[in-house]
Amino acid sequence: MLRICKAHHLTRLLNAPVFRNKFQKIVNDGCFSSLGCKITFINRNYCSSKKGDGEKVNDESIKSHPTSKPCETDSSQDPVKLKRCKPVSLDPCKPPPPGFPSKIPSIKQCTTPNLMSEIPEPSCPWDEENRNRRAKYRRLFLLGLLFTAITLGTVWYLGIFDYHEEKEKPKKIIKKKQKRAIIKDPADSKDIPPDVPYLLIGGGTASFAAFRAIKSSDPTAKVLVVTNESFFPYMRPPLSKEMWFNEDPEAVKKLIFKQWNGSERSLFYEPDDFYTKCQELMDNPNGGVAIARGWQVTEIDVVERKAILEDGYTIHYDKCLVATGATPRLSPIFEVAVSDEKIAEKIKLFRNIYDFEECMEAYDQSRTIAIVGGGFLGSELACAMARRDKKKSKIIYQLFREGGNMGKILPEYLSYWTTEKVKAEGVSVMPKTEVVGVKDDGKGLELTLSNGKKLNVDFVLVAVGVEPNTELAEKSDLEVDPELGGFLVNTELQARSDLYIAGDAACFYDVRLGRRRVEHHDHAVVTGRLAGENMTGGRKPYLHQSMFWSDLGPDVGFEAIGVVDSSLPTVAVFAKATDKDNPKAVVTQEQEGLRSNMEEIPQECDKYVSEEKRAELEEARKHISEPNKTEGEDFGKGVIFYLRNDIVVGIVLWNVFNRMSVARQVLKDQRKYEDLNEVAKLFNIHEDNVVAE
Amino acid sequence: MSHCRKLGPNNKDIVIFATKEDHQVPSKVTLPEPDPQPGLILPNGDINWNCPCLGGMATGPCGVEFRNAFSCFHYSDAEPKGSDCYDLFKTMQVCMQKYPTLYNKDLSDDDDLSNAIQQADSSDGKEDSVKIASATEKDTKKS
Repeated sequence: MLRICKAHHLTRLLNAPVFRNKFQKIVNDGCFSSLGCKITFINRNYCSSKKGDGEKVNDESIKSHPTSKPCETDSSQDPVKLKRCKPVSLDPCKPPPPGFPSKIPSIKQCTTPNLMSEIPEPSCPWDEENRNRRAKYRRLFLLGLLFTAITLGTVWYLGIFDYHEEKEKPKKIIKKKQKRAIIKDPADSKDIPPDVPYLLIGGGTASFAAFRAIKSSDPTAKVLVVTNESFFPYMRPPLSKEMWFNEDPEAVKKLIFKQWNGSERSLFYEPDDFYTKCQELMDNPNGGVAIARGWQVTEIDVVERKAILEDGYTIHYDKCLVATGATPRLSPIFEVAVSDEKIAEKIKLFRNIYDFEECMEAYDQSRTIAIVGGGFLGSELACAMARRDKKKSKIIYQLFREGGNMGKILPEYLSYWTTEKVKAEGVSVMPKTEVVGVKDDGKGLELTLSNGKKLNVDFVLVAVGVEPNTELAEKSDLEVDPELGGFLVNTELQARSDLYIAGDAACFYDVRLGRRRVEHHDHAVVTGRLAGENMTGGRKPYLHQSMFWSDLGPDVGFEAIGVVDSSLPTVAVFAKATDKDNPKAVVTQEQEGLRSNMEEIPQECDKYVSEEKRAELEEARKHISEPNKTEGEDFGKGVIFYLRNDIVVGIVLWNVFNRMSVARQVLKDQRKYEDLNEVAKLFNIHEDNVVAE
Repeated sequence: MSHCRKLGPNNKDIVIFATKEDHQVPSKVTLPEPDPQPGLILPNGDINWNCPCLGGMATGPCGVEFRNAFSCFHYSDAEPKGSDCYDLFKTMQVCMQKYPTLYNKDLSDDDDLSNAIQQADSSDGKEDSVKIASATEKDTKKS
């Protein structure tokens, strides 16, 4: 009965419902594209200076907008003819005139101070006149300045400015309140202990798993967690799933959700009383865990072992964990759009409790919602929103670039299949669609789509991925992985002496699968724990693979482990529905016909395929990707192996549950299997799912 | 009959539809023995304080008191087992009473912990220990 302490419990404790079926690109006009600078005037005067022996080019301006016919001369700009000056056409499309420096124009010339500095000093009567005029203007300007100063001084003396300031302050506060301001607790950084044995930066799941591991191996440990959120550590997965299924508004307010087994539990890992007050942490002989909420660490002095808070307060540590997580990002088009405050209000991101509350509020007041993104978060939220709308009075759109939901994770055919299931949940899924324009339409937003259509929605939720929070890195001299992002750590999750990283922000070395960065709940649990163990002298490598799961409506539930990337070759074994006599010959012929239409293109030729052809091929593939029911084909239950150099590097258990330990063994084995169907046998895909052990 | 299809870009995805009958034939593949998942009690008889089954028990504000009491009980040679741990259990209870929100609900819900404790000690093979384990369980529940 060692079973009791299996991952099952961990995941249940951490509440994984595992066991419930469980972007201005300056368009160079082609003429001077290699210069890195642009010509503003097509006709350019360049004069021989008095002392000069040749003709000099003044060329520097940068044009920010390309003209539609950039190589035509602009007749409107007549060259000013000065003595010994001659206009030379600098038409970049023509060969340079004789005497024209051959290497022109070089980058250096581009940076010549300016055109004015190169003009010979004019000595004409207008010069004097001009000087007089200038002096007059200067006098006028100074008088004006004096007048303004006196006026301002009087106003200040009368105290009108004071009034102004007072008026502005409350305005700001009101705005912040509406936006759910971050509450600092303790309010004063003086109440945060200045010297702690264990400092955890970030208050998410990885941090929680870490302090649990620290307290387990060092019972009297004094642990300080500094989080920029207003909340004690809580779990994020239910925010896009179970929290939306809760029909009791009071429970939603209290952040309570129903688990897979029907029992209710709080989003928070531990009740408030579990934590020691920051002021009392260092005096407690048995130690404890204190959480400083609403505080941000801006820098770590790794050599001196000091963390510096936003207000400059320093905390000395013996061991430190950075588990700062990640921040959702906006796609370029929305990034531009949010500069307009009116539009920004209607564009939402999703990550934390505040985001959830805001989205729920907006959801209740909306009739049409667009979710941008086809990954885990986008798909889960689309399904959850559609499911919550029992009266079917709302329209939930989900748009994404890929061909189907979870297109970056699942093999194409399965992604298409999943999209059908998401549609069945009531979501209007629009694959291969991107937003190319955002406009305020008075009531909501008007989205212009890549297919030319327009979509009017009340609000948009952007779920296109996250960016690891590595702002600390530069100031703290920590290395960030240029490709994967995240702080670079070794296999023991150590970045530097006494400094560890866990969760989304860690780019770690997986002894078996190479360098990785993973953004999943269970990964935060696994790495948080590992970091905690190593902070207390564990010296353990990353060996235990983390898993992840998702559920999209009643027909799609899966658990996965390892490198699960749809660009890898896959072998899937699905349970065949029945093995009756069937019109196999007919069906196969029909399919053969379809297949011959789409002559396979060798991978090497892939980049030479036109967009149209590609779309055509995809359409044909979509056709044959559908399971043939008459032949007993069904994507209901199965196991999908992801291969790299013929070795299994990732496994998806599709509607098959409680087999993660087998999957772990297969990954660990790192063997080339002759027949993966034989391996699939070990997963008992034909068996009914056991709800709980 | 099981059958197989190639799908996806460049036919990179192989899909096998396997019949139940086919999969009833034992697999020719044998996997290495899974890593033992340590329970509450490690193979060497020590208590695994990292066990997820303990929840926040060993890490919370009464974690030290809990550990002292449970260790005493686990290693007790007294007859009946654990009878020499009264004071430690009392100290734990006093501590737990200060945190009603923590130790009330959690434990009565937590069958896992009680089960784990029970199982851990029944493996000692002593009849008495089972009783006391359940007594411990009740104790913790009451508090």
